[in-house]
Amino acid sequence: MSENYQSFEYDVLVIGAGGAGLRSAIEASAAGCKTALVCKSLLGKAHTVMAEGGIAASLATVDSRDSWQQHFSDTLIGGNFGNHWKMAELHAKQAPERVRELEKWGAVFDRTTDGKGNINVRHFGGHTYKRLAHVGDRTGLELIRTLQDKGVHSGIDVHMECTIYALLKDGDRIAGAYGYFRETGRPVLFKAKSIIVSTGGIGKLFSVNSNSWECTGDGFALAYLAGAELADMEYVQFHPTGMVWPHSVRGLLITEGVRGEGGVLKNNKGERFMFNYIPPKYQGKYAETEEEANAWFQKVVVEGQKEEGVKERKPPELMSRDVVARALWNEIKAGRGSEHGGVYLDIASRRSAEDIKKKLPSMYHQFKQLADVDITKVPMEVGPTCHYMMGGVKVNPETQESTVRGLFAAGECSAGMHGSNRLGGNSLSDLVVFGKLAGENAAAYAKLTSMPKIDDSVLAGLNKEMNQPFENKGEVSYAILADLQTAMEKGAGMYREESLLDGCLKDLEALKERLKKVAAEGNRLFNPGWHVALDLRNMLIVGEALARAAKERKESRGGHTRTDYTTYSKDFAKKRIVVRKKGEAMEIVQEDLPQVPAELEAELIKGGFLKAEILKQLRGEAPAH
Amino acid sequence: MSKIHMRVYRGNSEGGQLKDYDVEVAEGMVVLDAIHNLQATQASDLACRWNCKAGKCGSCSAEVNGKPRLMCMTRLNEFAEGETITVTPMKTFPIMKDLATDVSWNYEVNKRIPPFTPREGADWHWQQKDADRAQEFRKCIECFLCQDTCHVLREHDKKTSFAGPRFFARIASLEMHPIDGLDRTELLKDQHGIGLCNITRCCTEVCPESIRITDNAIIPLKERVVDKYYDPLRMLWSAVTGK
Repeated sequence: MSENYQSFEYDVLVIGAGGAGLRSAIEASAAGCKTALVCKSLLGKAHTVMAEGGIAASLATVDSRDSWQQHFSDTLIGGNFGNHWKMAELHAKQAPERVRELEKWGAVFDRTTDGKGNINVRHFGGHTYKRLAHVGDRTGLELIRTLQDKGVHSGIDVHMECTIYALLKDGDRIAGAYGYFRETGRPVLFKAKSIIVSTGGIGKLFSVNSNSWECTGDGFALAYLAGAELADMEYVQFHPTGMVWPHSVRGLLITEGVRGEGGVLKNNKGERFMFNYIPPKYQGKYAETEEEANAWFQKVVVEGQKEEGVKERKPPELMSRDVVARALWNEIKAGRGSEHGGVYLDIASRRSAEDIKKKLPSMYHQFKQLADVDITKVPMEVGPTCHYMMGGVKVNPETQESTVRGLFAAGECSAGMHGSNRLGGNSLSDLVVFGKLAGENAAAYAKLTSMPKIDDSVLAGLNKEMNQPFENKGEVSYAILADLQTAMEKGAGMYREESLLDGCLKDLEALKERLKKVAAEGNRLFNPGWHVALDLRNMLIVGEALARAAKERKESRGGHTRTDYTTYSKDFAKKRIVVRKKGEAMEIVQEDLPQVPAELEAELIKGGFLKAEILKQLRGEAPAH
Repeated sequence: MSKIHMRVYRGNSEGGQLKDYDVEVAEGMVVLDAIHNLQATQASDLACRWNCKAGKCGSCSAEVNGKPRLMCMTRLNEFAEGETITVTPMKTFPIMKDLATDVSWNYEVNKRIPPFTPREGADWHWQQKDADRAQEFRKCIECFLCQDTCHVLREHDKKTSFAGPRFFARIASLEMHPIDGLDRTELLKDQHGIGLCNITRCCTEVCPESIRITDNAIIPLKERVVDKYYDPLRMLWSAVTGK
């Protein structure tokens, strides 16, 4: 079936218009490339708007002890050394410059209270010092609006409400993308010399998640189908504090900023249980008694004293997300959970109503409006929610290029930066640091190359695939989506084991068969049932990659917890799991994960940024759990 | 689980009508949940925009029983038992399909606003109280409900000569930025037609972010225009001196 499609030609095509996509498009355009940005929604609605707490960068405006070395070390320890060290290094070094650049482009960050008028920073889990530049609890909105307003004046073509269905190649290199406009259903071809995928995460694969509808893992699947390798797909972050009630908002995020502002976690006995869950890697860095944690809170958060002069250590509620999420899960499982199956997060007894409304306005608003709960008066109920994919397209850490020539990835879509667990605040900085690098390198590549050729006969096949649901007579897409979410939650969720993962893979096979027969009602005009049917192909690929990688890694590390292999393993500490397409099958291989060079590691240990014994634990060479 | 009765607009640019549905709902649900239930069980091709379902992205704007609202932040328990809930698309913008409207005009207006332009040699250190003023307007999630309700756009369709409250808030965020050095007063007067606003405050009422658009953005901007172009003393001075 031949169809009348629209056609465009660009030097650089960016797919996905969240923080990473916008930043890379701005960069590519500034380099003189004819650049387009494709977004599945309207511009400015991407999942980045939901980022709340802040953007991590060692600006050292509040705590002068901060440095890139400490940020780098915190990121590696947070990621349990599953990170690609080079990405973590570039990130730690370049984040401050990227934050100041956002300010130059019009972002209005909150200011320090010392009268010096600098960018203020706050505490967040796993960061040694106050490090997150922020705008109340709507930092993501500030970031996306700043980039959006910069972008619309940068000569970038924006194609809104457009879904890419396939990447096209010319021999071994990338050549373009084919998809459809959601509003009209009309197909569209983009020819491009280089392409950046920055399509965000995969939250919608799980029934309890904090993500927008767009987070269906498109970039992972598109890159995989085009022959690019994926890595670290087993590392999925379950954020400890999602809403648990009412059911319709289950999973909706509650910012870590609540804990940064003094909020504490309690079980149904009223105990602050986090003191019981300090892992060896954080021992000595966090308060060990309630008295100590309260003294720190009083001095640092309430009185605003400089932490340099405070001898008490910060509360264990501020450990990294993987640690806190597991602690919550344990408490709930042990029967010490809250009424609706979570635990309590209490800010009401810690801060004045006025402070809460000022520091956490959208949290106040969210609970009041959606749960009839006044968080200035009573504790919130919270539980783990699928939040972030650490894995993704395997990229060259310095150029962000994938294993396919001309195809780049940035942001949540790329792998390596965060290792097995991301620290809060490191996502927004990831977007702008690696967005810029991807834009720069995609532009450099585009300038060196000629416009690739596209074989028109491929498009007819793609049209047939995209239209198939209108020919089918079976069920519509929504039940398949719901069953996929249940299968992932059950078989590849926060806790995994061999038999559950096998069950999950079996479920996915059955869902694939159902998807072949999925039907769409009506026509191609703005048809959500049809859109979901097409997104499901991507979600099933990502689900399978995730479950297979999780099966391969026989250890527990960060966002990958196995009940049958509960500790760090020496055999896997220096490996990364890579997924690639081989014929029609999915191939899983173990590759060596590049390690921090010995000289740099020695320097960090000497400087007191890292401890040698923690490294040993994370490498499975000393007991850690 | 209980059932509610809904009427939802179904149609496209060529026309349409309200359609009746009975929908299963549970405690705590919002209007958007009911719409999603409809899609999953009765109308898989029902078009509506949504993203975050948390009141942060401003995608799911519609009119619920005639009032401009975010569907994700409108709880079903706001309505009386047995009350029919009618959901229609935003009236000010052309209908694309069902609840989705063509809001591209807003993006065109935004392009015509000169971007943030820092003063030369500006001091990048400033205090929270200076940030506060700009931050209020930067809370905007671009749901366009203020544009939908504004009678200059809704009743009089002045899209060619009037930017609307969303973009007055946007301009205010720039004009009140402590470092911005550009003067957008002439644009406000001529291209963006701020004089057409007669301060009925409808925009402020519907803003889900509680931005005081009228009092804190539009009125101060109107004052700037008046000071610059309609101050009688200044007009006299100009007439005499030719400046």
